[in-house]
Amino acid sequence: MKFTKEHEWAKLEGGIVTVGITDYAAHQLGDVVFVELPAVGSKVTMGATFGTIESVKTVSDMYAPVGGEVVGVNEDLESNPALVNESPLDAGWIVKIKVADAKEFDQLLSEDDYKKICE
Amino acid sequence: MANYIPTTPDELQEMLGAIGVRNIEDLFAEIPPELRLQGELNIPQGMSEPEMIRKVTRLAQANETVDNNCCFLGGGAYDHIIPSVIDHLLLRGDFFTAYTPYQPEVSQGTLQCIYEFQSLICGLTGMDQANASMYDGSTAAAEAINMATAQTRRNRVLLLQTVNPDYRRVIGALTTPLGTETVNVPFEDGAIDPAKVQELINDQVAAVVMQYPNFFGCIEDIERISEIAHNAGALAIVVVNPIALGLLETPGKLSADIVAGEGQPLGIPLSYGGPYVGFLAAKKALLRRMPGRIVGRTLDVDGKAGFVLTLQAREQHIRREKASSNICSNQALMALNATIYMSLMGRDGLKEVALQCFQKAHYFKRELAKIEGVSFPFTGSFFHELVVKIPNARKVIGKMAKQGIFAGIPLDNWFTNLKDCVLIAVTEKRSKDEMDHYCNLLGGLING
Repeated sequence: MKFTKEHEWAKLEGGIVTVGITDYAAHQLGDVVFVELPAVGSKVTMGATFGTIESVKTVSDMYAPVGGEVVGVNEDLESNPALVNESPLDAGWIVKIKVADAKEFDQLLSEDDYKKICE
Repeated sequence: MANYIPTTPDELQEMLGAIGVRNIEDLFAEIPPELRLQGELNIPQGMSEPEMIRKVTRLAQANETVDNNCCFLGGGAYDHIIPSVIDHLLLRGDFFTAYTPYQPEVSQGTLQCIYEFQSLICGLTGMDQANASMYDGSTAAAEAINMATAQTRRNRVLLLQTVNPDYRRVIGALTTPLGTETVNVPFEDGAIDPAKVQELINDQVAAVVMQYPNFFGCIEDIERISEIAHNAGALAIVVVNPIALGLLETPGKLSADIVAGEGQPLGIPLSYGGPYVGFLAAKKALLRRMPGRIVGRTLDVDGKAGFVLTLQAREQHIRREKASSNICSNQALMALNATIYMSLMGRDGLKEVALQCFQKAHYFKRELAKIEGVSFPFTGSFFHELVVKIPNARKVIGKMAKQGIFAGIPLDNWFTNLKDCVLIAVTEKRSKDEMDHYCNLLGGLING
């Protein structure tokens, strides 16, 4: 699992990168009330906004950790956005991106480097 | 709430002493002397209250207003009957002098009024949600477009040329800098041919913007145009006159996604252009695109119903430069004015006002048609406003103004191809005598 300085995690399996927000980010946001998801089939580029996440405190942009095509979104979040708080690294995943350039994934932060950012 | 209380000389000295200066002048010591006014301002001496009232009353009497003339002007602001009970409620100090009191602990009255306003606007427009109000109709229309471009992630908008030309200018000013491209859909008759919209629409278009009734008073085919928009993945935005909705089918039933409008016709005086109030309502799917503030009904810790601002997270004070709208206030007092008017009229009253507007305007058209030289460039259905062609229109209007009749708005202000065409509005306030007098005078001026 890799990380971004915008507090997202990314997991690569068979050319597909699953993306969510970190436990730290979920905690900072507070109760999540709405997640705006991209359309399946839309293209995203590394570092660009692909959606927003709204908590009772604020609305934050979510940035694509890698470029590629959105091949799946977590539809459970539409009826139950609290999954992001309850299980940010698992059931609260947000999108799946078919990665266009695997090198982009390699550039992401390791867990240790990410932890340093959060300190 | 306390009245305005002046500072006493003792209090003034106490405050100055606390910050360590001798007098008010010392507060300006940092401004270089050469930049400061030397001596007294060249203005007259102060007046006593009765002197001032006499002077201002005399000045005000020089104004030509709808109270000492007969007004057939429309084009976005209308001379309707305003029941006097509105001012009795509106001018109460609790409402009138309070500035943005939104803390729920102390503002349940204000918040409930806004909540009722939102509910009434939803009922009138057939939409699922409305916000606490906008500055006016034109800025509400521009905000509707920003909602649509954000929702569809497209940046082109089809703007029917029959939308109020002043609104189209405001829309341009507020949406162009955000990268939105507006494409005009031209008119031939008084209403737009939906085939024209079909011709210009594609998968780049975020929304089609139409007006109902349109600037010329004609009724657009909202349902057909909305369907064309939806087939291309675009949203249907409808700018409405709320009075007309007393009679016409709601835009919600005709598949509109967003409804924007001007609330002035709902009991608000013309007042040379403001303050007015805009309203903005939309389907539920657009809830998180709604700019400004929304008041929600909830339960307090004791389980009692109460009202609070809700869905605030997207507002500018939190989202900063990423907010899709920078409206950070509303028109609470004018929204209250409209709320009192709508509550007072009720469903039947609003229908009666709309019906009288419609019937009187149609009577007026029949009478105008009897005058030789008068013609009507547009066909089709209209509500309470119509375009009339009059020989030497500007000269004739000028002469009628001298006789105490505001006869209409010359359309060549905006449309060079509509020379000698005049936009005339007839509200429920106009009597048969006034309309007959207008026709007699006009006939005499054209053919006399």
